[in-house]
Amino acid sequence: MEGNFFYQAFVYLAAAVIAVPVAKKLGLGSVLGYLIAGVIIGPYVLGFIGEEGQDVMHFAEFGVVMMLFLVGLELQPSLLWKLRAPILGLGGVQVIATTILITAIVMLLTPLVWQMALAIGLTLALSSTAIVLQTLSEKGLLKTIGGQNAFSVLLFQDIAVIPILAFLPLLATTEGTHSSGHESNTWIEGMPIILQTLIVLGVIVSIILIGRYAISYAFRLIAQTRLRELFTAAALLLVIGITLLMTQVGLSPALGTFLAGVVLAQSEYRHELETDIEPFKGLLLGLFFIAVGASIDFKLIFENPALIAAIVAGLIAVKLLILIVVGRFFGMRNDSNLLFAFGLAQGGEFAFVLFSYALQNGVLTGSEANPLIAAVAISMALTPLLMLLNEKLIQPYFGTKESVEKKADDIDEKNEVIVAGFGRYGSTIGRFLQANGTQATYLDIDPNNVDLLRKLGLKVFYGDASRHDLLHAAGAEDAKLLIVAVDESEKTLEIVQTAQKHFPHLKIMVRTKYWNDYYDMLEKNLLGVYREFSDTALRMGADVLSHLGYRKNQVQRSLRKFRKHDEEYATDLAKTRHEQKNFIKRGRQVIEELELLMLDDIDKVAKDKDMGWDTETIKEEFAPMIRMQKDEKNL
Amino acid sequence: MKILILFAHPAFHKSRVNKILTNGIDESENITFHDLYQEYPELDIDVKREQDLLNKHDVIVFHFPLFWYSTPSILKEWQDLVLEHGWAFGSKGNALKDKLFLCLVTAGGPQKAYNVGDFHNHTINQLLSPLRQTAVLCKMKPLPPFVVYGTHAIEKDEVLRHKEDLFYFLDQLINNQINGEILENFEYLNDFIAKQN
Repeated sequence: MEGNFFYQAFVYLAAAVIAVPVAKKLGLGSVLGYLIAGVIIGPYVLGFIGEEGQDVMHFAEFGVVMMLFLVGLELQPSLLWKLRAPILGLGGVQVIATTILITAIVMLLTPLVWQMALAIGLTLALSSTAIVLQTLSEKGLLKTIGGQNAFSVLLFQDIAVIPILAFLPLLATTEGTHSSGHESNTWIEGMPIILQTLIVLGVIVSIILIGRYAISYAFRLIAQTRLRELFTAAALLLVIGITLLMTQVGLSPALGTFLAGVVLAQSEYRHELETDIEPFKGLLLGLFFIAVGASIDFKLIFENPALIAAIVAGLIAVKLLILIVVGRFFGMRNDSNLLFAFGLAQGGEFAFVLFSYALQNGVLTGSEANPLIAAVAISMALTPLLMLLNEKLIQPYFGTKESVEKKADDIDEKNEVIVAGFGRYGSTIGRFLQANGTQATYLDIDPNNVDLLRKLGLKVFYGDASRHDLLHAAGAEDAKLLIVAVDESEKTLEIVQTAQKHFPHLKIMVRTKYWNDYYDMLEKNLLGVYREFSDTALRMGADVLSHLGYRKNQVQRSLRKFRKHDEEYATDLAKTRHEQKNFIKRGRQVIEELELLMLDDIDKVAKDKDMGWDTETIKEEFAPMIRMQKDEKNL
Repeated sequence: MKILILFAHPAFHKSRVNKILTNGIDESENITFHDLYQEYPELDIDVKREQDLLNKHDVIVFHFPLFWYSTPSILKEWQDLVLEHGWAFGSKGNALKDKLFLCLVTAGGPQKAYNVGDFHNHTINQLLSPLRQTAVLCKMKPLPPFVVYGTHAIEKDEVLRHKEDLFYFLDQLINNQINGEILENFEYLNDFIAKQN
């Protein structure tokens, strides 16, 4: 069993690692890569995996659940509220119209009874959340109008699955296969319908309430342990817990985690959750796509190639037609509408669930369901290709391609400035930036700090800024400046190294604590290096002088001159210190350097430089002349 | 009347003449001595505060050493920032209306050097014409300037005499004993004071 597991894992991972880069290189996108990998290792080509592909698919569907959690995290509740019209309108009309049309076509072309036709229509009306969202986000089109509308429709479909599941058994015309035990045995089964509804509503409300008020507190406690893996465990626990709960009350787990994601979208732990769940989601989703590829029943296809081809073509054509009409009706421009329609013109993963459910309940029989399942899988596999076709051949005829519309409100984390470290130092920078109307994204590792600052209404996120994925989540790709204001020297160095490696375009400004850090950072080719003690100490020194009676403007000039000189000299010293660094202990070296500095100060700064204001030499030259003139006048 | 002295000297610590001239000048409760370089060493002039100060006074005095035939830079910055349109000038800018404006200038060269055809080829009044016009634009009434010449080679006694003249005149101003119309006939305040004596 153990060996079998490792063998399977090896096959899946190897297929992914080989096929996906090739597909990406060919411009086909990762989804197609996974699907092709699945076909290749599947029972009909290489045969590395057999019928167990179906079980893997059920397991890997959890990737879809995670994906919706992540989508939810990206979606502020206010944005979701803005989307209510497309979700209900577009989604509702699309599902109903497609169902009616497919049902009608099936009844016209086949001898099937209306119950069967309706079951097929309902099932095929749904599209594939996994493939569409993954492909759209990979192409960066999720935030376009077409992408958002596609997302809205998918969300409606996710909700629609629940009543469809409840409705399907009513369409039964035969006895059904009723494989014992596979039936979902939920807590609430057998309870009166009102109680069931109450429990479902209660679960949803409690997810919202807990997500909003309790979860942050729990995450803070976990974050305080400073064990990164514990936080990852907690994040997984959250998603799996919701999945279990939703399954128990008969709701879609994807919907539940999506809801939790939306609730947590405003939490300070949002970026950290994203970063932790992302790799799991990626792997599972990849596994899911591979499983879909592997499950395509080529034997069945080769037996009835014409039938399957007709179903696939018909399915895609019908869905395209309805999507284009609905999109047009809802006022989408050509380019958005095409993206929207081509994106959603396939059967979805829910079809696998619904068809097998229909089989169990005697709504359909194997002779209808199996070709349909094959057709749905093929239509899913064709989706990335269709979108590619649209992008390369069809869109160019309809003018400009839609680009992401930057709405400051919606993507508020895409700031030009990222500030790492929001303690005494970073917060001062932050306040100054805010006072001047510049929004920045702040990251801090101290959960208590983050909590407090968020209460004050600042956009602060919890996380370790030396992780490149967290920087990525904070929008490092689009940012211009990274301000490193953390306290620990090692952490500063780590952040700078990570940022320079992964985001070479980012200009970096750092706070340094000690002389040695300052010298080290000067060598890193940064936009600015700041000694945290330097300016305050100088200002204090300047105040000392003015309290002693020096003119304040004189002291100010002296301060500026000193600072300039000090920085120049320190830069010089940083260049030369490499040569001797190994011979003298660092502490000793700093003292010697300080001595050199002070001698240099006396030499350069102490001399009064404001010669323009000084009339001494003018007096020397002109005073005798003036006196002579006076004497002449007096004589 | 209340007098506001806007004093600008970047090297006050080295100035002999101005130290004597300003020493004790704000002992009168009707005189505010406002040392700009000391108040704003980083040139971050507080416009609101300056305007409030101006509102509270009837005579506005610019007191400065002549640098390159003009004021030290902070006094120019002060004008640029404080004399806002709609406050100091323009159809709605009446804040300074009818206030008196006086320049109190120390110049390094002797009086003779400030004449057309001589070393500087201009009189002090000619050189101060931008300030005079600024005052007019702000609806103020400019008085003739008070000038201390030859500070490069001046003796303490002479400075003290100037100080006495100045303080006497300021006292008269405070007590409303000055007739503006008579003043207009004099090119320099020094001449008016000399005539009085």
